[in-house]
Amino acid sequence: MRYEDMDLVLYGVDSMFNFVEKYLENRLGSKEIPEAVIKYVDLEEDRNILTLKNIKFEKNDANNNIAIGKQKNNKSISNKEAISSPDQKSLNEFPQIAWWIVVWIYLAWALLNLKGYFKVAMHKLGIMKHSANEEYFKQKDFVPLYSSFESFYTRFLYMCRRDVFERPICSSPSAKTTILERMTKDNGWTFQFTGRKIDVINVGSYNYLGFAENHGPCAQAAANAIETQGIAPCSSSLEGGQYHTQKELENLVAEFLCVDAAICFSMGFATNSWNILCLVDKDCLIVSDEKNHASLILGCRLSKCPIKVFKHNDMKDLEKILREAILYGNRKDKKYRPYKKILIVVEGIYSMEGSICPLPEIIALKKKYNCYLYLDEAHSIGALGKNGRGVVEYWSCNPKDVDIMMGTFTKSFGGVGGYISGSKTLIAHLRKRSPLVRYSQSLTPATIQQVYQSMRIIMGKDGNGQKRICQLAENVRYFRRKMKKMGFVLYGSDDSPVVPMLIYFPEHLINWGRETLKHKIGCVVVSYPATSMIEARARICISAAHTKEMLDTVLQEFSQIGDEMGLKFSYAVVN
Amino acid sequence: MPFFNMISCEEAVLYSYGFATIASAIPAYAKRGDVIFADKGVNFAIQKGLQASRSRIEWFEHNDVEDLERLLEIQAEKDRKNPKIAAKTRRFMVVEGLYTKTADLCPLPQLMALKWKYKVRIFIDESYSFGVVGKTGRGVTEHFGVDVIDVDMIMASLENSIASTGGFCVGRSYIVGHQRLSGLGYCFSASLPPLLATAASEALRIMKEEPERFTRLRANAKSFHLGLKRALEGTHFQVQGSELSPMQHVIYEHPDPKVVDHKLDMLVDELYNRSILITRSRYLDKEEAFPPAQSDKVMTNSEMSEEEVVIALSEIQQAAQKVDATLDE
Repeated sequence: MRYEDMDLVLYGVDSMFNFVEKYLENRLGSKEIPEAVIKYVDLEEDRNILTLKNIKFEKNDANNNIAIGKQKNNKSISNKEAISSPDQKSLNEFPQIAWWIVVWIYLAWALLNLKGYFKVAMHKLGIMKHSANEEYFKQKDFVPLYSSFESFYTRFLYMCRRDVFERPICSSPSAKTTILERMTKDNGWTFQFTGRKIDVINVGSYNYLGFAENHGPCAQAAANAIETQGIAPCSSSLEGGQYHTQKELENLVAEFLCVDAAICFSMGFATNSWNILCLVDKDCLIVSDEKNHASLILGCRLSKCPIKVFKHNDMKDLEKILREAILYGNRKDKKYRPYKKILIVVEGIYSMEGSICPLPEIIALKKKYNCYLYLDEAHSIGALGKNGRGVVEYWSCNPKDVDIMMGTFTKSFGGVGGYISGSKTLIAHLRKRSPLVRYSQSLTPATIQQVYQSMRIIMGKDGNGQKRICQLAENVRYFRRKMKKMGFVLYGSDDSPVVPMLIYFPEHLINWGRETLKHKIGCVVVSYPATSMIEARARICISAAHTKEMLDTVLQEFSQIGDEMGLKFSYAVVN
Repeated sequence: MPFFNMISCEEAVLYSYGFATIASAIPAYAKRGDVIFADKGVNFAIQKGLQASRSRIEWFEHNDVEDLERLLEIQAEKDRKNPKIAAKTRRFMVVEGLYTKTADLCPLPQLMALKWKYKVRIFIDESYSFGVVGKTGRGVTEHFGVDVIDVDMIMASLENSIASTGGFCVGRSYIVGHQRLSGLGYCFSASLPPLLATAASEALRIMKEEPERFTRLRANAKSFHLGLKRALEGTHFQVQGSELSPMQHVIYEHPDPKVVDHKLDMLVDELYNRSILITRSRYLDKEEAFPPAQSDKVMTNSEMSEEEVVIALSEIQQAAQKVDATLDE
């Protein structure tokens, strides 16, 4: 028997098995089974359908990724794979590759370096010269400005492959965007526009909830604000003042996150870098995750505080470090003074890994050892959780347990800037001591309105934000499952809208960037130094604005390019 | 973006935040083991950039070229003794075009002479001087007639005279291109929103097409400077700043800092009651490398009419006299 007349939700098929087993065990005849919400069909999954023979599946509205069914005969299900229960979250996966592939990757890098050194030689001999690669003639006897590998990498390896990075766009970065075509006559040193524009499906922008539009209520509110309030405040918050609408925005942010107070800044990177130093000093300790963002690393360094790094999402390592810190204290000058406070710095979703932090365990550790927690929700706010309230809602934790919640407006809200929220004393302290409040500009009126309106929509006050959140969750699950089935290696959790697809080899990475553009897909590729040398990847960001047709087109093109380039490294069995 | 056209440079890099521009640009070039000669009056963002670079900082007295030369001689002596280390130690000089804290210009021609003599690279922060100083607003290089290509890098913020958000670094491609991968605030941060970038572009176009704005600005700045001097005569208030600067600092001469604080606040409040808006200069005293003098900032612009300048000056005169005469508590 076939299911031609029925569509099944593909994602969560693993959990479907588990739930059906339990259902059959308990014979939930007394529970009411609601009517089905039919979504997709995939008849290729013969294996799965056969094992579910004679069972009709219907979707339960209470759990989006579960199906429950009525049993027509007493045949039990034989398929007993490792599956997650309905309430368990997807685990973070980091599939490892074979050792010999790692050797190949290092060989590929060595070959690239040889090419680079060849270019250095050509440059020194005067054969391949470019003015942008040469010191000013009057300053030839100055100490050379660049002498490390980093600048060799930039000038001789990165420049000629720069066409896949730094692409200029000329439309809003929504589900589809327009890239300006460029060409280079001098191997990547300078670019000229050909005048043509390429319409691409955008899987590179952090447009998680689809607010990056140039029409709609947010854009209209922003335009109205410019009419009445101008473009920019032209002073810092404490000197020339800030707009009164910024106060309303801060109150709204606090309400959205269910905390006492919030303060907003006009750059997300700066929010991290220049506020951590207000919270800790040289007698405190910062314990930070290995894969934290550059802004957090800079912020921790500028605070003059000792820093200890724990392995990515490894709670045992974190506990070990906390115990040692409390037992031995600050070993500087062999005085073993106890630390004044310990600040644990983690992120909600890690933007390069696509993994979600295990917040309940971190909060448990924080309470056990009496530390403070700084949570950077740059990517997770708006994108995770039933109502878009981020990783705290995703794990059903209490927002008051997180001491300092930081986030940015750049991703899910379609604006710019960042915020920090927490208790009233914390925010009052930041208002007084943060360098950004005294020395740099406050938010511009257009930005305030964009974020204000989009936040109201997400909260349900001004429109249907819930629809966007559900659409994002469905898109993410669908896309990730399909990619894994095709054989690509993905990192991170199945719930995270950041999808890092591993390519490993540097030249394959550049070719991927070029081929995807030819196939009209705008994909972002990342390599050293943003990631480690052996883990070059394409980072795909799923948006609520992507329709199923767009996702299918992207998947089809990826599959085709992946087959041509041999990038389907995964041997995992996916149901 | 037309920034490099405006200043006749090869390349420009655009940041989305003025504070981050300077604080990210310096650590991209200067690392541990290098030497940076910085003026004591530089602003907080530069100080943080210097701190993030982890280089050795040699501070010289504000606008004191002899003091800088003394430090450079000491460094040259060290280099002569140790040529191997000297060959790897990069030397930088960081100054501002128009200083935020004191509203005066840097002595650029003498600094350039020192640059060639001691082979030190120079970075100029033109946050307050871009769009203000110079015949067509191109900054201190235009004002002093220095060839802009001789300056290694000019950094500026778009948040002041351009009235947008963000900042930029211009210079030769050899230098500025490096920031595309090693400027932290550039590659790990979101880019400038198109609205604000377009606003900045349009501001530059207006600057090019309407050079008379600068004539008006210079006239207003001069009349404000001289007018403030006259207005505050006979009181303990003093004016600090260059004639060319539209921003003037008003300080209070008194040995007790609490009284200074109080009087400056009273002046701001008194003028607010008379519908004139000025502001206290706000600094993080404990974080600053050299605590700056407490002052009030009084600013003018090119669009103020002569009547408005006259009214403002007379109000300031009356308010200053009233505040000065009030008995200290």
